[in-house]
Amino acid sequence: MVPFNVLVLACLAYVAFLFLVAFAVERAAAQGRARWLRAPLVYTLSLSVYCTAWTFYGAVGYAARSGLEFATIYLGPTLIFVGWWWILRKLVRIGRAQRVTSIADLISARYGKSNMLGVIVTILALCATTPYIALQLQSIALSFGVFTAGTPAGWTVPDADTTALWVAVGLALFTILFGTRHLDANEQHPGVVTAIAVEAVVKLVALLAVGVFVVWAVAGGPGDIIARIEAAPRPEWAIEPGRWAGLTFLAAVAIICLPRMFQVTVVENVDERHLATASWAFPLYLFLMSLFVMPIAVVGLEVMPEGSNPDLFVLTLPLAFDQGALAMLAFLGGFSAATSMVIIAAIALATMLSNHIVMPLWLALARRRGGGSGDMRHVVLRARRLSIIVMIVLGYIYYSFTGGTAALAAIGLIAFVGVAQFLPALIGGIFWRAATRVGAAAGLGLGFAIWLYALFLPSFGAGVMIPDAVMTQGPFGIGWLRPQALFGVEGMDPLLHALFWSLVFNTSAFLIGSLVSFPTPVERVQGAQFVNVFDMSGGTQGWGRSVGEAEDLLVTAQRVLGAEAAQSFFQQAAADQGKDGFLPDTTPDFIERLERRLAGSVGAATAHAMVAQIVGSSVVTTEDLMAVADETAQIMEYSSQLEAKSEELARTARQLREVNHKLTELSEQKDAFLSQISHELRTPMTSIRAFSEILRDAGGLPAEDQHKYATIIHDETIRLTRLLDDLLDLSVLESGRVRLQAEEDNLSRLIERALGAANSTAPERDFVIHRDPPEEDIALHTDSGRLTQVFINIIANARKYCDAAEPELWIKPRVRDGRVEVDFVDNGTGIPQKQESLIFEKFSRLTDQARAGGAGLGLAICREIMLNLGGDIAYLPGQGGAAFRVSFPREMPAQTPDSDDVEAQEATGAVSAS
Amino acid sequence: MSARRGPSLYLARQSYRRRRLIDAARLLPFLGAVLLLLPLLWTPEDTPESATARQALYVFAVWLGLVVAALLLARRLPRGEDGRTDEAG
Amino acid sequence: MSKHALLIEDEPNIIEAIRFILSRDGWRVSTHDTGADAAEVIARTDPDIVILDVMLPGRSGYEILDELRADAATRDLPVLMLTAKGQERDRRLAERAGASRFMTKPFSNSEVLAAMREMVGP
Repeated sequence: MVPFNVLVLACLAYVAFLFLVAFAVERAAAQGRARWLRAPLVYTLSLSVYCTAWTFYGAVGYAARSGLEFATIYLGPTLIFVGWWWILRKLVRIGRAQRVTSIADLISARYGKSNMLGVIVTILALCATTPYIALQLQSIALSFGVFTAGTPAGWTVPDADTTALWVAVGLALFTILFGTRHLDANEQHPGVVTAIAVEAVVKLVALLAVGVFVVWAVAGGPGDIIARIEAAPRPEWAIEPGRWAGLTFLAAVAIICLPRMFQVTVVENVDERHLATASWAFPLYLFLMSLFVMPIAVVGLEVMPEGSNPDLFVLTLPLAFDQGALAMLAFLGGFSAATSMVIIAAIALATMLSNHIVMPLWLALARRRGGGSGDMRHVVLRARRLSIIVMIVLGYIYYSFTGGTAALAAIGLIAFVGVAQFLPALIGGIFWRAATRVGAAAGLGLGFAIWLYALFLPSFGAGVMIPDAVMTQGPFGIGWLRPQALFGVEGMDPLLHALFWSLVFNTSAFLIGSLVSFPTPVERVQGAQFVNVFDMSGGTQGWGRSVGEAEDLLVTAQRVLGAEAAQSFFQQAAADQGKDGFLPDTTPDFIERLERRLAGSVGAATAHAMVAQIVGSSVVTTEDLMAVADETAQIMEYSSQLEAKSEELARTARQLREVNHKLTELSEQKDAFLSQISHELRTPMTSIRAFSEILRDAGGLPAEDQHKYATIIHDETIRLTRLLDDLLDLSVLESGRVRLQAEEDNLSRLIERALGAANSTAPERDFVIHRDPPEEDIALHTDSGRLTQVFINIIANARKYCDAAEPELWIKPRVRDGRVEVDFVDNGTGIPQKQESLIFEKFSRLTDQARAGGAGLGLAICREIMLNLGGDIAYLPGQGGAAFRVSFPREMPAQTPDSDDVEAQEATGAVSAS
Repeated sequence: MSARRGPSLYLARQSYRRRRLIDAARLLPFLGAVLLLLPLLWTPEDTPESATARQALYVFAVWLGLVVAALLLARRLPRGEDGRTDEAG
Repeated sequence: MSKHALLIEDEPNIIEAIRFILSRDGWRVSTHDTGADAAEVIARTDPDIVILDVMLPGRSGYEILDELRADAATRDLPVLMLTAKGQERDRRLAERAGASRFMTKPFSNSEVLAAMREMVGP
C-alpha cells in the first residue's frame, strides 16, 4: 500500500514538473525557439484531452456494465478524424483564416458577427461543461479515497470534499498562470498544450501498463482473456443496435462540438498539416487507450470481490495484487486525464465568457461613460482570469451539490448531447451559404430547451428538478409532453430519446428559419467566406469605405495587441502597400485584416464593434454594403484570381505614385538644398565680414566693444566650421565610404554617454529621463562612437523641441530577433503627420525659431549613420509625443568596400520586410 | 516520371492521382461506418457465449485497419498543399 | 533731423552689425525680427527706409514686400532687400516684388551705407 503522504508528494512533484514544462515552453516560444515543440506529435497528443478521467477510470466500469458499447465513444471520433478531409480540414482552415478564438466565436462570426449567437453558445457550453468539470473533481477525490482507505490510523486524512477543493484551487491557479499569461494574437497557449501532451503520454503509459500487467501477469495472455470472456456469458453485454449506432454518432458529433476539443483541434492548431498526421495518429491513440479496457473489466469482475466499484478497477486491481508502484502510475494517469480536461475546458470557456459576455458589456458601459478606454488588454485578461475562477468554482459547487451520486457518472454522455446542439449551426454554417442567423438562433434555442427538459434536468434524479408527476404524466397532465417520452415515443433509451428529439427539432428549426428569413449583408459575405474558404483565402469584404484614420486605428490596436505587435503589424501592412513608415492606407482590405487580427484577441463581434467605432458607424457600412454585397459575393467566388491581379495592380500603381511623388520632392529638395547651403554659409559670413570691417574701419572703439565683436566673429567662424564638418560628414556617410570601427560595448554605457553629452543642450530645462537599466544591459559589437552620436542627437532634439511644461523622455530598449530597438519617446506634442516623412531630409528644420541649433542636418546624419550600421531610424506616430525608433543589429554587418547608399537602403529594407 | 518517357494518355497524371487519393480519403469514414455497423446485422443468439469476444476482435481489427488506411493516405497526400487545386477538378 | 531706418532681420549678430553701422552714420535705427507682423510694424513706425531680409520666420520677405506695394501708403517706400541665397533667381524675384535695391549677403558695410543714402536722398 502506498502511504497517503507519498501519494500527495508524488502529486505535487508531478504538478511541479508540468509547471516547469509549461514554463520552459512558454519561454522558448516567446523567443521563437519552440518550433520543434510544436510538432504534429504534440498536436496529436494534445487532442487526447478528449480522454478525460471518464475514459481513464470510467471506460472499464462502462465495459464491465455494458460490454463492448464503451468503444463507441472512441469509434465516433475515429471516423471523424479518418474523414478529416470533410469537416476538420475546413474548420481548421476557417479557424486560421478568420482567427477564430472559440466555437462560440466561430458561430458568431459566421452568422454576421452576431453576439447574440455567441451568448447562446457560451451559455449552452457552460451548462454542459460545468458538470463535466465536477466529474473530473469527483474522479480525483475518489481515486484519493482508494488510497486513503487503507491508511493506518494516526494520519489525518482529508475527506473527499476537501481533496476536491484543494484540487480545484490548484487547477484554477495553473490555468490562470498559463492560460492567461498574455493576450496572444491567436489565442494559442504553447505552454499549456505541451503540458497536456506530456499528460497524454502519462495516461497512455499508465493504462497500457495496467493492461499489460492484467493480461500477462494476472491472466495467462490474450488467449486466456478471450477464453474468460467466452466462458462467462453476460446478457447485458450484448450489443444494442440503437445505442451502438446512436452513441457512435453522438461521440462523432462531440469531438467536433465540445468546446475543449474545438480549442485544441482548431484554435491551438499552428499548422494545418499537423491535421494530416493526427488523422491516423489520434485514432491510434484512442485505439491503444481502448485496447485493454475489456481485459481489465473481465479480470476485475472475476478477481475482485462482489460489489466493488468497477469504475476503479484500474486502481484497485494493481493494489489487490500488491503492486504499489503500478497503482501509483495508474493514479497519476487518472490525475493527468482529469487535470488536462479541466485546464483546457476552463481556458476554452473563459475565452468564450470574456469575449461574448464580459467584453461586450464592458464596451457598452465604456461607450456610455464616454469613450475613454485605456489599455484594453488588462480588461480582457482580468475578464479571462475571473471567468476561469468562475468556471472552476461552478464545477466545485456542482460537485459538492451532487457529488457521489449516480447522476454524475452519466454526465459525460449528457454533456455530449448538450454540445451536439451546435452541430446544425456549425455544419450548416460551413457548408450551406443560405444558413442564416435566425435559423441558427432558432435551432440552437430549441435544441437547448429540449436538451434541458428531456435530459439535463431529469438527470438530477426523479423529483429534484422536475416533479415526479411531470415525469410520469407530463406537464398539466399532457401525456405526450412527458420529458422522457415526447410525442408518445415510449420505451426509448432516455439518452437516445433526447438526442433524437433535440436534434430533429434543432435541425428543422435551423433549416426552416434559414429558408424563411433574409440574411443581413454581413452574414452573406461571411457565409460566402466560410463556405468557400478554400477558394478565397486572401480576399475578403466587410468594410465598403475607408474613412478610418490610420493613426486612430494604430492607437486602438496598440491597446489591444500591445505596442510592439501593433506597430509591426501596421509596418508590415504599409510595406505590403509599398509604403514606408507605420501608417498604411486604410483600404478595406487593411481594415478587414486588422479586424481579424483584433478578433484573434477579443473575438469577432467585439473586434467588429471596436473597428466600427473608429472607422465609422457599422450601420452606415452595412447600408453601403447592402448595395454591393450581392454582386461582390458572387464575383469574389468566381474571380478570386482576377481580384488578386487587380490588387496587385493597385499595389503597383500605389507604389509608382509614391515613387513619383518622392522623385518630384527630391528634385525640389535638390534645388532647395543648394539654396539652403548658400544661405547657411552666407549668414555667418555676413556677420564676420560686417564686424571685421567695423573693427578695421571704425577707429576709437571702446575695448569692450572690440572684444565683443571679436567674440562674435570667433563664434560665427566656429559655426561655419561646424556646418562644413556636418556637410562633409554627411557626404562621406551618404557615399558609403565611411570607415566604421566595430568594438565591444554595452548599450547601457552608450546611453549613459549620450545623456551626459546631450545635457549641455538647453541646460536650463529640467528633464526627467525614464530608463530601464535591466533591459539596457545588451552587449553590442558595433561602432559605438557613431551610435552614441545618433543617441546624442535624438536626446538633444528632445531637450530642445519637447514643448511639455514638465518634459519627460522615455528610453525603451529591447531585443528582437538579434536586432536591438531603442525607442525614444517624449511627452511633447510630437511632429505633425504631414512633416513626418520630411524630418529625415537635409535642412528640414521644422520651425525656424530654434535657429541657434544646427543647420537641420542632425537627423539626416543620424539616418545615414544608422543605414551604415545596418540599421534604421524611424519616426513612430501615435505615441503621444515625439517618438523615434532606432534599430540596428547587435553585430554590425561586415562592411563591403563599394556599397553605396542605395544598396544600404535596399539591404535594410529587406531586413525590415522579412 | 512515366509521363516523360513517351506521350501519355493523361496529361496531368500526377494531379489525377492526387484527386483520386482525395476521393479515397473522403470515402474512408463511410467505409469505416459501414464496417463498424456490420456487427449489428450478425444473427444474434446463435452462440451467445462467444458473441462478445468475436465482436470485440472484429471491432478492434476494423479500427486498426482504419488507422493504417488513414496513415497511408495521409503520407501519400502531398504535404503543404491546400485544397485549392482539388476543388477545381 | 536724422532719418529713420527699420531693419527687419532675424539673425541677432547681423542686426547688431547693421545697427552699429547705421547709428554711426547718423541714422535712427529700429529693428524687428519676425515676418508675420512686419507689415503692421512698418505701418505703425512709418520709417523712411526699410531693410528687409528674405528668409524670415513666419513670412518671407517677398510676401511682405508684395503687401507693402499693394498698399497706397507704402507703395513708394524705399526697400533694401537682403538675401543670403545669392542666386540669380532670387534677384529676379526681388525685382518683380518691387524691391528698390537688392543686396547679397555678405555685404560690404560701405556699400550698404552708400546704397541707403542714395535711396533716401539728401
